Amino acid sequence: MAEEILRLEKVCKAYNVGLPTETEVLHDIDLEVDRGEFVALIGPSGSGKSTLLNIVGLLDRPTSGRLTIKGHDIASLGDTELTHLRGHTIGFIFQSHLLISAFTAKENVMMPLLVDRGFPSPEIEAQAGKLLDQVGLSKFAGHLASNMSGGQQQRVAVARALAMNPDLVLADEPTGNLDTKSAEAVFELMKEVNRTVGTSFLLVTHNLDLAKRCDRIIEVVDGRIRT
Amino acid sequence: MNRWLPFEWIAAVRLLREGRLQTLFIIGGIAIGVAVIVFMSAMLAGLEANFIKRVLTSQPQIQLLTPDQVARPLRNGPGVIEDAIVQRPSQRVISIDQWPKIRNQMLAMPEITAVSPTISGSALAIRGDASRAVTLSGVEPESYFNIVRVPDYIVAGEPRLTSENIIIGVELAKDLGAVVGDKLNVQAASGANRVLTVTGLVDLGNKGVNQRAAYVALRTAQSLLGMIGGVTTIDITVKDIYAAEDIAQRIQAANLVKADSWIKTNAQFFVAVRAQETSNTLIRVFVAMSVAFGIAAVLIVSVIQRSKEIGILRAMGTSRGQILRVFLLQGGLLGFVGSLFGAALGAGALIYWHAVQRQADGSELFPLILERRLFVLTALLATVTGLLAATAPALRAAKLDPVVAIRG
Repeated sequence: MAEEILRLEKVCKAYNVGLPTETEVLHDIDLEVDRGEFVALIGPSGSGKSTLLNIVGLLDRPTSGRLTIKGHDIASLGDTELTHLRGHTIGFIFQSHLLISAFTAKENVMMPLLVDRGFPSPEIEAQAGKLLDQVGLSKFAGHLASNMSGGQQQRVAVARALAMNPDLVLADEPTGNLDTKSAEAVFELMKEVNRTVGTSFLLVTHNLDLAKRCDRIIEVVDGRIRT
Repeated sequence: MNRWLPFEWIAAVRLLREGRLQTLFIIGGIAIGVAVIVFMSAMLAGLEANFIKRVLTSQPQIQLLTPDQVARPLRNGPGVIEDAIVQRPSQRVISIDQWPKIRNQMLAMPEITAVSPTISGSALAIRGDASRAVTLSGVEPESYFNIVRVPDYIVAGEPRLTSENIIIGVELAKDLGAVVGDKLNVQAASGANRVLTVTGLVDLGNKGVNQRAAYVALRTAQSLLGMIGGVTTIDITVKDIYAAEDIAQRIQAANLVKADSWIKTNAQFFVAVRAQETSNTLIRVFVAMSVAFGIAAVLIVSVIQRSKEIGILRAMGTSRGQILRVFLLQGGLLGFVGSLFGAALGAGALIYWHAVQRQADGSELFPLILERRLFVLTALLATVTGLLAATAPALRAAKLDPVVAIRG
């Protein structure tokens, strides 16, 4: 049986709890992702996909229910431990690539390692170089993030998401802002990482063609999972 | 990427470097503020040092005088005073009682560097039809010139005082039409007179003093003023000029003399210095505050501009503490770098001002004092100001909710 990376049990998320404006965005979500799975998360805008992703990504806490990451129940973890767990097990890829513009491509890939270790080292640099090579951007290592095309930036973001060798990568519409060709390249890159390294992916997308090429599709409608 | 710098430093430096124009402008602002502080402090210290030097080399630091003569009220019986109102008696010029003994005591005190008995009184200096009232000072040149550096102030002739010589102020010489080598008739109130040869002219830096100054040998003055063997003051210099008042009080308590220190006689000068120091401190505080607000404003804008990037950093595992330090460091770095430029700017302005601003006689207005301590302190002040100013923006950055920040 495959190792379980992520498990959500009856997870609810509400905003403005206790106020007249209280709105529940997620209702009783049950979800499991195993190691090596490539899962697509689809659903109309406003259905709660992003909220779900934020909760899974430990950026937000559920109002009720249980969330375990690699067997750790996150309810018992404080802010610092949560930040640490997030840094070590989860990688993020966002729609609007969001590289740090003051740094070069390679430095952006190094960033999660640098944040974790505190100091730069040849080892970190080598690791970043390898990842850039993997996404086919070794040539651009010294380029500032702001001087690269959208597709290139997104590939750097993929490399960055993989820097800490995470168990799970959360991708929030990573191809949403890219032309078809770049989108295809980025998607293929993720698939390849998934195949070769065994990293699990949770991919939020509006593109049904891409979703169909994933191992499993989960549809979120009105804050509930439709199976 | 520098291998020796931790993540926080690398990020802080990069963020500052990327916001080049903002960074440049705020460093300019800090530099001007620091330059003002350096310039003002150094100039004030110079002026003060100059003034103290002038005051202390043209007057004794402690003067021992005969105690004031008081009239004792007439008494009828124990505790009964008949005449309650007593008129102050006129102060005769009299000699200090047993002055050689007091002088020897003073010489034995370790905190005293020079002692010189002098006699002074009023006289008339007459040359042809011109006559002027002068303050006649009878001095022992060997010891007196260690206290008041008459030789330093000689503008013509030489500082030689035998019993036939007189050194007079430049203004007095002008009034009398006298030059070095001329003879003057000096006449005391009692009618005694001597003909003396002018050996030197002094400029003591004050017109009033220069109109009245007349130095003669101690014995010459004693005979002119009718006080053979007597002295009216004992002039003293001490090692630590700021201890002068203390020492004066001790001398006065132990001897039958009145002891006046330069601190007491120049009280106004000290009031002026203190007022200047107060206004200097105020200006320093306000400059530091405006610098602080400038830094805070720039960093707040930077936090807002970069909130998405801060969110990303948080998402990839950066702790609140790390984000806090990145922004605190930016404030500290701005302050420090700004203070380096400011110190250079202030020193440059000071050197220029020193070269351009001259006194009427062409001598420097203030000595150029560029103490390392001033620069170190100013850099420290600017850095701490930067850190403090960065506190609010840094806290704001650290508190950013990554979800909100990334969504924008």
